[in-house]
Amino acid sequence: MADIQANGLARRTLVALVENKPGVLARIASLFRRRGINIASLAVGASEQKDLSRMTFVAEGDPSTVGHIAKHLEKLIEVVDVADISDNNVVWRELAMVRVRATQDSRPRVIQLANIFRVSIVDVGAETVTMEITGDTDKIDSMITLMEEFGVEQVMRTGRVAMLRSALSPGGEDGAYSKTLAGNIIAREGLESGSV
Amino acid sequence: MIKTGGQIVCDALVREGVKVIFGLPGGAILPLYSTLGSYPELRHVLVRHEEGACLAADGYARASGDVGVCMATSGPGATNLITGLATAMMDSVPLVAITGQVGRAAIGSDAFQETDITGATLPVTKHNYLVMDTRDLAATIKEAFHIARTGRPGPVLIDIPRDVQAGEIKFDEAEWDKPVSLRGYNPPTVGDVDDVAAAAKLINEAEKPVILAGHGVIISRAYEELRELAENAQIPVVTTMLGISAFPEDHVLSAGFPGMHGMAYASLALDQADLIVNIGARFDDRITGDTKRFATNAKKIHIDIDPAEIHKNIKVEAPVTGDVRHVLGQLNPLVANTTHPVWIQHIEQLKADHPSLRIRETDELLGQHVVKAISDATKGDALVVSGVGQHQMWAAQHYQFKNANSWFSSGGAGTMGYEVPAAMGAQIAHPEKEVWTFAGDGGIQMTLSEFATIAENNLPVKIAILNNDMLGMITQWQDMVFDKNFYANSYTGNPDFVKLADAYGIKGIRVTNQDALEGAILEARAHPGPVVIDFVIYADENVYPMIPSGQSVEQLIEENL
Repeated sequence: MADIQANGLARRTLVALVENKPGVLARIASLFRRRGINIASLAVGASEQKDLSRMTFVAEGDPSTVGHIAKHLEKLIEVVDVADISDNNVVWRELAMVRVRATQDSRPRVIQLANIFRVSIVDVGAETVTMEITGDTDKIDSMITLMEEFGVEQVMRTGRVAMLRSALSPGGEDGAYSKTLAGNIIAREGLESGSV
Repeated sequence: MIKTGGQIVCDALVREGVKVIFGLPGGAILPLYSTLGSYPELRHVLVRHEEGACLAADGYARASGDVGVCMATSGPGATNLITGLATAMMDSVPLVAITGQVGRAAIGSDAFQETDITGATLPVTKHNYLVMDTRDLAATIKEAFHIARTGRPGPVLIDIPRDVQAGEIKFDEAEWDKPVSLRGYNPPTVGDVDDVAAAAKLINEAEKPVILAGHGVIISRAYEELRELAENAQIPVVTTMLGISAFPEDHVLSAGFPGMHGMAYASLALDQADLIVNIGARFDDRITGDTKRFATNAKKIHIDIDPAEIHKNIKVEAPVTGDVRHVLGQLNPLVANTTHPVWIQHIEQLKADHPSLRIRETDELLGQHVVKAISDATKGDALVVSGVGQHQMWAAQHYQFKNANSWFSSGGAGTMGYEVPAAMGAQIAHPEKEVWTFAGDGGIQMTLSEFATIAENNLPVKIAILNNDMLGMITQWQDMVFDKNFYANSYTGNPDFVKLADAYGIKGIRVTNQDALEGAILEARAHPGPVVIDFVIYADENVYPMIPSGQSVEQLIEENL
C-alpha cells in the first residue's frame, strides 16, 4: 500500500510486534512525531504470543523518512519485530461503525443498501440505525458516501489491520518478512485512529 | 536475605563493575544515598550541578571504555541530566543514569519535585525505565547496563521512586545469575558473509580508495584491524572528528579529518575518491554538507553496527551491518595486498597544495598557537578534551594525536560546557595520564561550578581557556554568513579567570603573548594539581578551512596565507 499522494507524502503500512508494557505506544509515537510522520491509522491488539501485542500503522510522511521508519522502530528495545509490508501481498481490513439517520420513510432504503454492501445492522433506534462495515478502506469510504444522503451522525473507524497472504503451495514463500515475523497477524481491537 | 531497594541498587552496581558514580543527592534519592556510604568500592564524586555529573560520566565512559554512571534526584535534578544524556546519545556513549522519583502513590499528582523524567528523556536515551517494584530492581539494572554497553552504546536512565529504594524485600541471590533476555534487542555483531565479500570486491577493484574512520572504530577498539586494512591495501585514512585518534596522525597514510572545518585535503580526498570505505561513521551533515553533492565520484561501503544508519543519510553500494571490529576481522583476509602509488602521491600533492594546518605569520597570540604548543610540549601523548566552538576545531586540527582513544569532544550534540566535567571524568578514569582540556570563555562559564569538584578531588586537569571575550564561532558565522551583523556575540563581563581559579584554590596562569606560551605550559605541566591557563588570544580570527553549512567541497573556503 505504498502510495505517493497528491501532497507528495508517502503512505506506508507497517506491522509491529511489541512488548505489552506501559509506555510502548509513547515510545513509538515519539519516533514518528520527531520525524514529522503522521499516523493516519493505528490498530493495536493482543497477538497470538503471550505478553506481545501487534500494531498495524498507516504512516504518512516524507517518502524517504517514512521509508526508513521501520529501521528506527526496530531499534526500540520493546519492539520485538517490525515490518514494512507496503510492497507485499497483504490482505487487510478495517472495521467501521456508522450511525445513519433512518426515519420511517428512509429506513427501507438504508437497509436495502446495507444488504447490497453486506453490511450488518448492529443497533436500531427510533430515528437511526447503526451499521457495522468491514472491508477495505474504499468499501468503507463508498458506504459512508452513500449514506450521506440520509444523514451520517457518527463514524467510528478502527484503522487498518493487515496480514500477509498465505503461500499458495506448501512450503512456498508467503512474504518478504516472513523469516522473522512468523504467524498470522491478529489485531483484535482498534484503540485509536487519527493523528498522534 | 532481607534487602532494601537501595542495597540492591548498590549491589548491582558493584556487580556491573562500577567504580565511580558522579552524582548530587536530593530528597527523592536520599534512601539510595543513605546506603551508598556503606559501599566503599563505589567511589562517589559529588558534583556541583547534575549536568556536570552526566558529562563527567560521559568523559569517564569515553576514556575508560566502561559504562559511566551518574545519579540525581527527581525533578530539577533529573532534568539537569538531559543535556548530558543527549550528548551521550548523539555520540553513542554508554551511560547509566539513576534518578530518584517521588513515592509511587504521589506519581502523577504534581508532587514536590516531580517530573516525568522517563517521558522527558524518551528521545535522548537508548532506553529508560521507571521501576515500580523493589523486586524488579536487580533485573532492571542488569538489563540497563547490558543495553548501555552492547550494540551501538548509549545512555539508559533508571527512574526509581523513593519508596521503591526504601522498600525491603526478601532477596534471593540467585536473582543475579538470571541471564538478560530481551526479545526485541539482538544487536548484530558479525557481518553477513556475502556483504563482506561484496565490500572486499569493491576495495580490491578501487583505484582511488579512501577510508573514512568514525567513532565506531574507537567504540569497538578496532585500531589494529583498521591499521591492518589501511596498510595492507595502502588506503589513505581520513577520520571523522569523533574518529580522531582511531588512527595515528603521524602515520604516512593519515590524511586528517574532512568536513566543515576539517583539512581541505581530507575533504578533497573524499570528493575525488572512487571508493569510500566508511567504517563506523554515520555520514553526518558536518562531513557530507549537501548530500546530493557529496563524493559523487565514489562508490561507498558502509560498515555500521546500527542497521538504521545504513542508507539514512547517504545511499551506499555495499552496506555491512555488524560490529566494526568483527567485520574488519572478516574483511581483512579478503582484501588483496596492494598499493595505489598514483593515488597516494596525489593525496600527498593535495596536502602540499592545501596546507590547512599552516598557521599564518603574526605576532598575535592565536588559538592555533596555543594548541600547537601544547601538542608539541605533550608530544601528542595527552588525553585531550574540548568544549564546542572555534577552540574545539583548532584543537581537533592542531593537536597531533598519537595514541588511540585520546580525544574526547561532544561531536553530535555540540554541547558547550562539556570541557570541564568531561575532563574531570577522563582524569578519574586515568589518574596516571596527563589530561588537557581546551575550553572557550563561553562554554567554560556554563559548567565552571565543577572547578570546586576538581579542587576538592585534586584532579590534576590542565584547563586551557582560549579566551577571546566572545562566542568565537558565533562571531565567525555572523562575520561570514550573516553579513557582519554582529549581535549577542560579545562577552564584555567575563570574570578574571586567574582570580577565579585562585578563588577555588586552583593554580591560575595568564598568557597574553607568544613568548610566554612555552613557559606557561611548562609551569602548568610541572604543577601536580589542577591548573587554569587563561590564554588571551587574538579575537578576530576565523577557523579555516570552512565549508559553509549545507554546501559542498566546491564552496570550500581556505585562508590566504
